[in-house]
Amino acid sequence: MILTPLWTDLMVWALVLGATVGGWFAARSLRTRRQWHNIFRSGTAMASAIVLLFYLFFTLLDSVHFRTVSEMPGTKSEQVVYAPMQSLLDLLLAHNLKNSERTYSAPFATHEYAKSIVVDADGETRQAYLPLKHVSGESSPVKRTLTALLTGLGMSILGIMFHIWCCSRERFKTVLIKRLRGEDTLPWRTAYLTFSVLLLLFTWLYVMSFDYHVLGTDKVGGDVLYQSIKSIRTGVLIGILTTLIMLPVAVLLGVSAGLFGGWVDDAIQYLYTTLSSIPGVLLIAAGVLVMQVMMDGHPEWFASTLERSDLRLLFLILILGITSWTGLCRLIRAETLKISQIEFVTAAKAFGVGKLTIIRRHIVPNLMHIILISVVLDFSGLVLAEAVLSYVGVGVDPTMYSWGNMINQARLEMAREPMVWWSLFSAFVFMFILVLAANLLSDRIQKVLDPRNSL
Amino acid sequence: MFAYVIRRILYAVPILIGVNLITFMLFFMVNTPDDMARAQLGAKQVTPALIQSWKEEKGYDKPLFVNTGAEGLERVTDTLFFKESLKLFQFDFGTSDANRDIASDIKERMMPSLAIALPTFLIALVTNISLALLLVLFRGSVLDMGMMVVAVMIMSVSGLFYIIAGQVLFSKLWHWVPISGFASGWEGVKFIILPVLIGVFAGMGAGVRWYRSIFLEQINQDYVRTARAKGLSEIRVLFGHVLKNGMLPILTGVVVIIPSLFMGSLIMESFFGIPGLGSYTIDAINAQDFAIVKAMVFLGSVLYIAGLILTDISYTLFDPRVKL
Repeated sequence: MILTPLWTDLMVWALVLGATVGGWFAARSLRTRRQWHNIFRSGTAMASAIVLLFYLFFTLLDSVHFRTVSEMPGTKSEQVVYAPMQSLLDLLLAHNLKNSERTYSAPFATHEYAKSIVVDADGETRQAYLPLKHVSGESSPVKRTLTALLTGLGMSILGIMFHIWCCSRERFKTVLIKRLRGEDTLPWRTAYLTFSVLLLLFTWLYVMSFDYHVLGTDKVGGDVLYQSIKSIRTGVLIGILTTLIMLPVAVLLGVSAGLFGGWVDDAIQYLYTTLSSIPGVLLIAAGVLVMQVMMDGHPEWFASTLERSDLRLLFLILILGITSWTGLCRLIRAETLKISQIEFVTAAKAFGVGKLTIIRRHIVPNLMHIILISVVLDFSGLVLAEAVLSYVGVGVDPTMYSWGNMINQARLEMAREPMVWWSLFSAFVFMFILVLAANLLSDRIQKVLDPRNSL
Repeated sequence: MFAYVIRRILYAVPILIGVNLITFMLFFMVNTPDDMARAQLGAKQVTPALIQSWKEEKGYDKPLFVNTGAEGLERVTDTLFFKESLKLFQFDFGTSDANRDIASDIKERMMPSLAIALPTFLIALVTNISLALLLVLFRGSVLDMGMMVVAVMIMSVSGLFYIIAGQVLFSKLWHWVPISGFASGWEGVKFIILPVLIGVFAGMGAGVRWYRSIFLEQINQDYVRTARAKGLSEIRVLFGHVLKNGMLPILTGVVVIIPSLFMGSLIMESFFGIPGLGSYTIDAINAQDFAIVKAMVFLGSVLYIAGLILTDISYTLFDPRVKL
């Protein structure tokens, strides 16, 4: 087994590492710890955070790509043949990828969705619903469900007990009773409940997916559940990596414009006014069109379709980053202007403190709330934007699993009677839960961190 | 004020030159005229002479920014960038790949775009502001909190869902309105009802939340307390004082998009088959017609800058303190 990280894999792991280190540094400040404590005092925020962590977990699972060496019979031992690239998530859902049907089938169906022509033994042709290849229907669904729920329950109880055992110094029993009664300062009860519900739901879907196509199959018989789960990575990556790219640019330019003034300010203002005067979708579309032409001209940049679609995702993230830093930059410039007029900055200047030190000690810490709020707010916007861009034809690669592509393909089947609704439904539900969680969390963060609200 | 408007229009020129520079770099430097010629002529039977003649025919054989072979001003003016920019500034967008005049296409398609965008904009403005005022009137109540939860939910659903759900329910199942199409005049009303309603509903969550936050910021001000102390009813306080004073932030966000209404909505128009500028742009993107995309980028930024100027003018109408 050989690790073959894609570009976006490296970026997402670098981001996780950076966030951990940054969080560790930030947690040393008592004020920051208190603010975060305050944010998670709300049950909604806690539940949203758990949901987001679940999505992040799938993203990370899907961001470890590797190849396995497959021994071909009859080949010499020096010739190593590699299987196609896989991720850890593919390993987990391998049965779903393998069990593809011929065409559409509804969720939990045992037969195909449309009639096909079959020839009988006596040579007569008739139309019939063909049975699905990979739905056995042997074991009873009720028994399966019970097993799944029991397993899920056991796993969630183990997880909760592990968390209590790890993270509290008091006696296990007292903590457990306190948490169950909801007497903590943080709503751990809500957190555990959300965790258990999500875990139960996923175990159930997972166990049932061995026997059925839980969310149906698409036009070429691919499992919709598998596609929806694979799409998580695309959506989350676009949401977080775009911010990662635009953040340094926005902060650097915004702070320099606000602090240095003069021609620096003029130049930066000109730059962002110009960029923001171009309608966003058009600029993205133009960028993506050019990128397509470029990639067609350089086939040596990628070796496989997976690498090709990954490269395209990377370029899309870059383009989205270039088009979306202007709003944050404007906010940061205004805030820097305001902060640099306050006495403590004047005092620091009078003491002869260097400009870089002023930025590091006084300005950036006071900008943190703006940055954080815009990161979370942008995240939900970008996840929704992915679907629209894929529809317009300037989104991710058509071969890549993404909610936008799922919607786009299913849309063509709207005219069918009765409707093929499950692809659309799954994509929208997966997207809705993610965006709702992000929106609720960003509301809470805004409420706690925005100084205007605390007055 | 007249002088101010002139000054703002002059200030717009460098920004538009910047926009041109960006599009020029995107379309000509990454994707050079040689590449374009190859794509247009087909990849196989291309000889350097053919490429040269294609470039001469299109006027793409000039240097990009600086013409070292020319004298005086010609050094700058006899370049590809200058010629292309000049054409755009005269609103001469050239012809599309299908050999149609882009400028007349745009003129023709502006009206259908406006037929969708303008009603959506106006209805959304009125309903969102009224709902927000209603919520501010009952602030802190169950109604307020419930509606805020609903607003977050509306915001979190993809816009594509509203369109698809609307088409399935109202057109496919109940047959109230046709699924897509367009006609001018009163005939067209049945075609635009559904897209307008969907557009209003999809924007409602974010809209109501935004207006509500503006009004809530006003309601804690001293003048509101004074107005209540005078004995004004809460309704009159809201409409006479809070709404009027909230006008300034509202204008900042709203007036700027009015000129851009001409551009239409990409998604709406292509789902409902409306022959406006939005679907024009989508078709151009799918056909990789660079000339049209370039024209739309330029038009979009001109309209945006016009919106910024209009915003400043509108301040003088609503806020007597602002003088231009």
